[in-house]
Amino acid sequence: MIWDTTETLPREEIRRLQLERLKKVVRRVYNKVPFYRKQFEKYSIKPSDIKTLEDIAKLPFTTKDDLRENYPYGLFAVPLDKLVRIHASSGTTGLPTVVGYTKKDLHTWSDLVARIVVQAGVTSRDVVQICFTYGLFTGGFGLHYGLERVGATVVPASSGNTKRQIQLMKDFHTSVLVSTPSYALYIAEVAEEMGVNPRELGLRVGLFGSEPWSEAMREELQKRWGLLATDNYGMSELIGPGVAGECERQNGLHISEDHFLAEIINPKTGEPLPPGSKGELVITTLTKEGLPLLRYRTRDLTSIDESPCLCGRTTARLARISGRTDDMLIIRGVNIFPSQVEEVLSEIKGVGPEYLIVVDRKDYLDQLEIQVELASDYFTGKYRDLEDLEATVKSKLQSVLNVTPRVKLVEYKSLERTAGKAKRVIDRRKERK
Amino acid sequence: MWVKQISIFLENKSGRLASVCRILADNDINIRALSIADTSDFGILRLIVNQPEKAYQVLKEQGFTVSETDVVAVEIPDAPGGLAQVLEILAQKEINIEYLYAFVSKSAGNALVMLKVEDLESAVEVLTQNGIRVPSTGEIYRI
Repeated sequence: MIWDTTETLPREEIRRLQLERLKKVVRRVYNKVPFYRKQFEKYSIKPSDIKTLEDIAKLPFTTKDDLRENYPYGLFAVPLDKLVRIHASSGTTGLPTVVGYTKKDLHTWSDLVARIVVQAGVTSRDVVQICFTYGLFTGGFGLHYGLERVGATVVPASSGNTKRQIQLMKDFHTSVLVSTPSYALYIAEVAEEMGVNPRELGLRVGLFGSEPWSEAMREELQKRWGLLATDNYGMSELIGPGVAGECERQNGLHISEDHFLAEIINPKTGEPLPPGSKGELVITTLTKEGLPLLRYRTRDLTSIDESPCLCGRTTARLARISGRTDDMLIIRGVNIFPSQVEEVLSEIKGVGPEYLIVVDRKDYLDQLEIQVELASDYFTGKYRDLEDLEATVKSKLQSVLNVTPRVKLVEYKSLERTAGKAKRVIDRRKERK
Repeated sequence: MWVKQISIFLENKSGRLASVCRILADNDINIRALSIADTSDFGILRLIVNQPEKAYQVLKEQGFTVSETDVVAVEIPDAPGGLAQVLEILAQKEINIEYLYAFVSKSAGNALVMLKVEDLESAVEVLTQNGIRVPSTGEIYRI
């Protein structure tokens, strides 16, 4: 099913709509947001300079730092009395970033989430358990309102207390799970420990998001739960969840292009890249009232595919997020993404799926250590087998990363499982400087 | 004749060995023989206990990575040259030893070693032919 007819507009119609809305938002921020007025003046640009979609490249970027420097309300385009909701990012790496919604923004948001929910195959007959934290984080409320819009029965379980989550699934006949992919895996493990086969809980669809994950993790989730695992994308600065999501074909994430204008740029130079190239995703919000953002640097690495999808939607699709420009590690001058490590580990029988990357510096040299769990079924009791396994992991990682890591096998379930975003990297180099 | 050996994968972290022993103690399982092989990162603890099935079960339930392997117990004279004699018999038949370790207690005047080789059957055959006693499974668990 398709929620909104705009999802099937001809490409030229979408582009026409985007240009019309782009011109409008540029004029609006120029008139309403002093920060943008100053930026336009600094780069000698006028709203009237935007005549085609390609002219967007003339506009300066907006970054997370800009949001922080204007904490809390500096970038809002409406007075406070027009706002009906505030959300904020966790702020683990500095000041939180604050976002505000008008009544219309909330309406738009619910509608956008309704699209991604419906395209994943969820209907009003589903019972949906939301295991995202409710609160300042946009995940819980975003999915909640979108699912209610669709008419699904929402169980706002929030995150944590995993045994209770499983009990709720059993008692309420939950058919759809909303969580981070790593938490979904953790719930499956806990269920198995309790003697409950996750497949017998009867979940049909998983709506997973809020952290990068791999194709291998999808297979694992589908196998363990017996559900269709779909990916969706969003971030609080842009609106929250609902920016893009997968349809049942699982072949890229359809972007709601009538509300978001997506570009791919070279993260180092800021140059726009040709269609199909991999680079950093930059998004301009086209319809937001409370906090419109021009060319927001998402720091997420992906590519865009404009070819038609078999599902009938004409909207362009994002490739799975392959990493973030800011979780890129530079080890002995080589760029390394945690997602690469995850891909390699997922192909090796006997280890995983959890892992931890520990980076340290000894004698002025970077050291890369990968901790990975020994799968309990693969333990033979033979020393030799463990050595062979370590050597295999090491050589496969080396050929992909171009850096020789130290591999440390750890006990099954000794690495941290979380209800939120999994922590995969510990960089001790900063402490040593 | 085969004795069930329990192997446990242990990270080199303080308290891991202690907690294995505590779990066994709480389940009234007695350790007969043990050995630990280790690197800087991990170790393998090998145990002969009086109730191997139960030990395997309870350790698994407590989240330990456990496996079972067949080994044999060999009785050797508790005198200089006792072990050498046994090993020479195996060497002559080109039976390669993966590992061996000594038993905690002794049976009257003799020492016991736990032996792991690829082909347990031929090892037992050649040893018994050469007058080396291989105690029965029940005998080992009862010690």
